[in-house]
Order: sequence, then structure tokens, then C-alpha cells
Amino acid sequence: MNAQLNDAELAESAKATEAAPATTRRDAASIAALHDAEAADVHVSVDDVDLAAELTGADASTTASPDVAEYAMRLGDDALILSQRLGWWISRAPELEEDMALANIALDLLGHARSLLHYAGTATGRSEDDLAYWRDEHEFRCAWLFEQPNGDFAHTIARGLIAAIYMQELYTALSASTDASLAAIAAKSVKEVAYHRDHAVQWTLRLAGGTEESRARMLVALTDTWPYIDELFRDDELHERLGDVAPLPSSLRAGFDEVWSAVLAEAEIAERDYVNPKVGHSSGGGRFGNHSTHLGPILAEMQVLARRHPGATW
Amino acid sequence: MEEARRVAAAVVDPEVPVLTIDDLGVLRDVRLEGGTIVVTLTPTYSGCPAIDQMRDDVLLSLTAEGFGDVRVDFTLSPAWTTDWMSEAGKAKLEEYGIAPPTHRAGERSGPIPLSLGVQCPRCRSLRTREVSRFGSTACKSHFECLACLEPFDHFKVH
Ligand SMILES: [Zn+2]
Repeated sequence: MNAQLNDAELAESAKATEAAPATTRRDAASIAALHDAEAADVHVSVDDVDLAAELTGADASTTASPDVAEYAMRLGDDALILSQRLGWWISRAPELEEDMALANIALDLLGHARSLLHYAGTATGRSEDDLAYWRDEHEFRCAWLFEQPNGDFAHTIARGLIAAIYMQELYTALSASTDASLAAIAAKSVKEVAYHRDHAVQWTLRLAGGTEESRARMLVALTDTWPYIDELFRDDELHERLGDVAPLPSSLRAGFDEVWSAVLAEAEIAERDYVNPKVGHSSGGGRFGNHSTHLGPILAEMQVLARRHPGATW
Repeated sequence: MEEARRVAAAVVDPEVPVLTIDDLGVLRDVRLEGGTIVVTLTPTYSGCPAIDQMRDDVLLSLTAEGFGDVRVDFTLSPAWTTDWMSEAGKAKLEEYGIAPPTHRAGERSGPIPLSLGVQCPRCRSLRTREVSRFGSTACKSHFECLACLEPFDHFKVH
């Protein structure tokens, strides 16, 4: 297994992607029919941009409190930024199956982000698109893990492994939230995150047990990514105020550690192989809008089209 | 009402056109609210792009049949599961060349992935191999048959 991508593979996978089935699009006939129906003055509630208005779960008319909105924004931003990062791999992954796997994971995460940010936006009358495209860097609330660059394939897998184990613990606990909308989103998301975790676990085992090269790269990736774990489990005043609405991040740590240790033991990786005591944990202030240098560029790329052509649809 | 339900239930999944949204378990409810037909759908996967199309198709089918006042609502809860897929739907899937979900969706726990035998929809062999957990759409994984050597899609247990 060679995680590095050469030009021939890149070209091959790009070709294969072109041949892949196109995503669902409404055909011209159905759009025309829709317009005819509207012209005939029937009361058809079609509002394309507002689909997510009712994807927040229990009750479409629920409005999040400011604290719940802040919390939903943190989770929504984690999912959104990781989704945007993973999208880069499409046509560039080591094999066609990986193109599709990473694209599927990105799509799931985008779905979670859409529900969470929609719900967050109800507190201030903003849509999920307003929040994704019109906030600046300091207004984002993602943890530093999710904004880390893709690196080589091993770095993407190491980041994905930490993210998926964390999200599975989080959404499992959040399914029991006293907030019905958060509980519904979490119960939906946890089933999908389970696939993401399987994917990351399988690749961690393959890379760690593959060639000397793949194992060495996996260890470098874990060493580089490990410092961003700690930020995910830090409690702050918001969590204290939320009470039974959301689990304390610190309460998720034991569950995370159990899975993390089991996977690394299976991969025959010891803590000393990736923990560098001279480096320590990241200072990670993402929950308060203090970000690493990596967030700005990815936001610029993600937001440029919406800002350049406000209201554009396609 | 019966008629409205029949029309809504006949709308097909744009990604797997042999299945109706009723077979798939996406159609949760059809009811009359005042003078409005209210149809409730639930998405399969959070990011599934087909849900927009299903919503439009439900509206179009009902208005084409003369129902003037129609609304489509969405719900996330309870979360969709392949347990809701009808037996007729599973048979149609297999005939179409997609291996249906193999078992009921249970609680998943341990970190080590497990997968059960999936039967090739073409030659019925159980000697198959999962190529990728992620197939052409979010709801399918990609398999190959070691007996007849054909690749095929499997509708994942979810
Ligand atoms: Zn076969």
C-alpha cells in the first residue's frame, strides 16, 4: 500500500470520476411541469432554499435559545469544515473506491452541518447558508482538529479516526438530550458516523500493518494529529449552563479512550510511537473563535462564490 | 384520502427507480389538515440529495391527480432504518440487481467492523466480497461476486 499518489493514478482516478453517475438533477420536463403547476394557481408549497427548514427534527417551528444555538453552531461548524476538507479528495484519492468513500462521508457530514446550522440560525433569524457563507473566521466555532490540512492520505485517516470516534461518543450521548431537535439530529447522525468510524479503523489497520512506508506515514500522521484531541473534551461555561441539553465534553473522554486504545492496540501502535512529550496539547481556542492559521484559506475557498454572487443558485 | 395516499405511495426513488418511496419507508404519513393534503417524508441519509427530488415528485404527482392544496413536511425522528423497507421492495431490489439488506438493523457497539454474508443477486452465490462500504449512493455498498465475478450493489443495513 503506497499512500502517495502519483500523476498516473491521479489521471486515472480523475477519468473514472468523470464516468461516474451524475448526481440527481431535476430534468427539464419536471421543472416545466412545476412551473405549469404554479401558473395554474394551485397552492403548492415549493421553496427550494428552505428545504432544511423542516429537517431539524421534532418540530419545525422550534426556535433555539441563544445557548443552544451556540452549542449547535460548534457541532455544525465541526461537521461543515471537515466536510469541506474531505471534498478536496474527490478525484485525488489513492483509488476510485476511496474517492467515493470520502465523498460519501463528506456528504453525510454536510447533511449534519445543514441540520445543526439551520437550528442554530433559528435563534437569530439566519439560514444555514447565512451562517456558512457570511460569517468571518472569528465567528466560526469549530475545534482545531477539523480545520487541519488533509496532509497525505495517512493524515486524512488519522484526523478522520479521531473525528469519528469523538462524534460517535458525542451523538450517542446527545441522542438523550432534553432538547428534542438536538436529540433527533444526533440520533440520525450517529448511525452515519458509525460508517465513518469503520472506514477510518479499517484504513488505520491497513496502513499500520502494510509496508514499512505506510506504517511510517501512519505514525507521522498520528504524531502530528494527536495534539488536537484534547480540545474536543474541554468543558466551559456554556456546557455548565446547558445542563441536560448536552453532555459535558469531559464525560465523553473515557468512551473515546477505550475505542482509541482498542484500535491502536490492534494496529500494534504504542503511545510512545506517536506522543511527543515535547509537543503537548494544542492551545486550540476554536470554540471561542480563536483559530489556527489553516481556517482562513479554507473559508476563503468555501465562501468566495456565495459572496461574489449573493443569492446564486444552481 | 385513500386516493391521495395511493398517489403519493406510487412515487419512485429517483436513485433506485424500481422502489417506491413507500417500499423504501421514506413515506411516513399522508393526512388531511383542514383542506390540505399533508405528506410527511423522512430522509434516508442526512446528506441524501434525492430527498429534494422526492418532495417535488410528490407535489407534482398529487397536483397532476387534481389535488390542489398539498404540503410536504419532513421529519428526522424517528431516524430512518432499512427495517422499514417492505418485503415487496426487497424482492424488487434483488430482481433489479441490487442485493437487499441482509438482516435487521441492530445496535452497533464494538469498534471492530462486522459484516454478514451477502448473496449475489445474479447467481445467488454467497461467495461475495465487500469492495467498499461506500457505493454509488449513500445507501449502497459495493460488492463483487467471487463465483460469477460480477460486481454488484448492496443496499446497506442501516
Ligand atoms: Zn454471482
